[in-house]
Amino acid sequence: AEACASPGMQEGLDDGPDFLSEEDRGLRAINVDLQTDAALQVDISDALSERDKVKFTVHTKSSLPNFKQNEFSVVRQHEEFIWLHDSFVENEDYAGYIIPPAPPRPDFDASREKLQKLGEGEGSMTKEEFTKMKQELEAEYLAIFKKTVAMHEVFLCRVAAHPILRKDLNFHVFLEYNQDLSVRGKNKKEKLEDFFKNMVKSADGVIVSGVKDVDDFFEHERTFLVEYHNRVKDASAKSDKMTRSHKNVADDYNRIGSSLYTLGTQDSTEIFQLYCHIPLFYFSQQKIEARVSADEDLKLSDLLKYYLRESQAAKDLLYRRSRSLVDYENANKALDKARAKNKDVLQAETTQQLCCQKFEKISESAKQELIDFKTRRVAAFRKNLVELAELELKHAKVTGIYFCFHFRQLLFHRIIEVGLEGTL
Amino acid sequence: MAAEREPPPLGDARQPDLEELEDGEDLFTSTVSTLESSPSSPEPASLPAEDISTNSNGPKPAEIILEDDREDLFAEATEEVSLDSPEREPILSPEPTPAITPVTPTTLVAPRMESKSIAAPVIFDRSREEIEEEANGDVFDIEINVSDPEKVGDGMNAYMAYRVTTKTALPMFNKNEFSVKRRFSDFLGLHSKLATKYMHVGYIVPPAPEKSIVGMTKVKVGKEDSSSTEFVEKRRAALERYLQRTVKHPTLLQDPDLRQFLESSELPRAVNTQALSGAGILRMVNKAADAVNKMTIKMNESDAWFEEKQQQFENLDQQLRKLHASVEALVCHRKELSANTAAFAKSAAMLGNSEDHTALSRALSQLAEVEEKIDQLHQEQAFADFYMFSELLGDYIRLIAAVKGVFDHRMKCWQKWQDAQVTLQKKREAEAKLQLANKPDKLQQAKDEIKEWETKVQQGERDFEQISKTIRKEVGRFERERVRDFKTVIVKYLESLVQTQQQLIKYWEAFLPEAKAIA
Repeated sequence: AEACASPGMQEGLDDGPDFLSEEDRGLRAINVDLQTDAALQVDISDALSERDKVKFTVHTKSSLPNFKQNEFSVVRQHEEFIWLHDSFVENEDYAGYIIPPAPPRPDFDASREKLQKLGEGEGSMTKEEFTKMKQELEAEYLAIFKKTVAMHEVFLCRVAAHPILRKDLNFHVFLEYNQDLSVRGKNKKEKLEDFFKNMVKSADGVIVSGVKDVDDFFEHERTFLVEYHNRVKDASAKSDKMTRSHKNVADDYNRIGSSLYTLGTQDSTEIFQLYCHIPLFYFSQQKIEARVSADEDLKLSDLLKYYLRESQAAKDLLYRRSRSLVDYENANKALDKARAKNKDVLQAETTQQLCCQKFEKISESAKQELIDFKTRRVAAFRKNLVELAELELKHAKVTGIYFCFHFRQLLFHRIIEVGLEGTL
Repeated sequence: MAAEREPPPLGDARQPDLEELEDGEDLFTSTVSTLESSPSSPEPASLPAEDISTNSNGPKPAEIILEDDREDLFAEATEEVSLDSPEREPILSPEPTPAITPVTPTTLVAPRMESKSIAAPVIFDRSREEIEEEANGDVFDIEINVSDPEKVGDGMNAYMAYRVTTKTALPMFNKNEFSVKRRFSDFLGLHSKLATKYMHVGYIVPPAPEKSIVGMTKVKVGKEDSSSTEFVEKRRAALERYLQRTVKHPTLLQDPDLRQFLESSELPRAVNTQALSGAGILRMVNKAADAVNKMTIKMNESDAWFEEKQQQFENLDQQLRKLHASVEALVCHRKELSANTAAFAKSAAMLGNSEDHTALSRALSQLAEVEEKIDQLHQEQAFADFYMFSELLGDYIRLIAAVKGVFDHRMKCWQKWQDAQVTLQKKREAEAKLQLANKPDKLQQAKDEIKEWETKVQQGERDFEQISKTIRKEVGRFERERVRDFKTVIVKYLESLVQTQQQLIKYWEAFLPEAKAIA
């Protein structure tokens, strides 16, 4: 499938690389463990970036009777994903599950700004410099674009893989209904309401977490998640900084390489020209090195950020369980009071029973969810760390061999051929 | 139940290129074995040079290297490399032009590098000696070291004293090895004397390192932090390079002031070098006057060589400045990278601590360690970036200023000659007038003056020719020196890059099994 990202400059990336290559797809399939699940397969087959929104083509393949066809596609925007996510969160029946975290909003502002600035400064640089920078910025834009598509896809795949959530009616509507879902983004008032809701939740969270859990498993999980969440946040921020530094170093190497090239071409001394080419190679290679490192840092950052969101979702689950425990305890107290006063006892009993059931249901599914979360997390980190090491190693070797090889080649071949007698 | 899910990796366009390198390890070890087994052949491999110019921007290294006959390419390349000295001769002899000994210590040639230290002075000496043997017989058996910076005194009157050690077999010196203590103003004084004596006749006198009021004040005040240590080290190295350049100059080496500087235990204090002294201000005024004069001298350049060279040096100056700025930016960003890597390492260690899956926890801690070690590498590389590259560029920017100065002196010399010719003409006209007016006593004086100015004109012409000749020679010397200097430094710098790569490989290789062990 072709991706069309139009960053707003004259030539879009319509002829750009096919970003949803087989490679990417294959990797995703492995990650999801859905390969054999013919019952429901969801992916984002295409995406289009317009002025201020991204349109995702959500493609579904399903053998389930719930759908009219076996294979179909619809176009969705980011707000509709959020609507779906929020509907899960607000659904009491799903209180006992880790709700897959919502994908982050597509943010091309920074990239677009850079491209615009480049366009404005076109007159002040050479054609080569301009073309090169433009290519780099376009590549950056494309990378961000790919990432946002991936994040949205991951969300859908997680839902599709979840035995309960995949049956959700809203989810089916999301997948199948080929009209606009008309879920406008939240207006100011609604955003403010959300803000207060979250504040209350965190205040609650403080109160509720003060109570030591009877169940060791949950007690441990709570302690673990709170600390883990904070540390993942820190690690991802630091990884981002590393990425930026690597990029800066890469850019410096690039500039040095260009300067050396100019120096070499302008200099009359033939020999000096030759010597400029040697460092030139190395700086080009160093630039590539630094870029690869930046990419790897970024992947690590992405992984960490994703688990930041997931660990938050897990914390939310714990919170919901705690809330239901509090409700259960309150119901117990109310029942005791009712019995003491011998008033509304039946009602109090019913309430207490409901609370008890709810609490137990949540606890049971929460336990499984948290165990699965750990399994997923460990597997994801393993994969990423192995990949990181392998790629860094590969590149270091390529660079090392490249250096050694060219070093000997150029240095000795050139020196012996030309000699240092001087050209005067 | 819940599926294993993680953010899919960004498709990496570069990956396909590297897939062929699955057996990268083998490539490396096979290189080593070819090196050890191949006999050195005198024929240098005639390998295509096309890749250099075409791939100036981001060559794809994998494409260049990973060809089917890569084994052969390596073998060809290794034939030129000598591992042990006995094998060096065959490489050198068959060439009509004196071949330069590959300046590769054995530590570089073997990709497996055990020790991290490159014997830097050894490279320099070996190459310098051998190269100078071949070029114009400029053999100067003299080696200068500047070492042991020592703070003398306290407060604002304090200064740094450096030990200047000379090792030489040259007969002009009293001893073979001797050392003296000198302070920064002594170096400036030496330069000032040499410049006054030699610049105006066309010799390119190497400039002394720059003054730095800020840097020195910190040292004086006694700030014992890393930036002042760095400053002192930077200055020490710069002073050493300055002296080494100066003694390499055949004419300057003969100068008695230089000898006195190197040999005498006591040196009269050079007070006129202070920036804010009377002499300093006078210097500034003179410089300004010179600048004005330069603008008004319209020299009738009959020699295209000079015009060409001046233009070249202008261009070179601009380019070097630009390059210098880029390298300084690199040094700065590398330091930042180092700091950020260290911060990430700590963060990863913390994350590892809180991770409750044992194997993953261990792997994360290992990752933290790897990143810490890599941070160390970055720091060392920044050091190399700076000292090898940036300082050299700085030196050359100052040297080119000296070269321009010499060209200016030639212009002044020409002007003087022209002025003498004009004056002579005037005197002749005056004499002619006197002849008509018939004043015998004044006539004689006029005739004498004509003789005087004729001599001056001749002298002016001779001076001009002399300075032109000297400058040609000097520029030739400068160009050769430049090539040698850059070559030496670039070789050292590239070696540092290779070493860094070796280390990186080691670290990631050690980490990989830990990552794979996560179950």
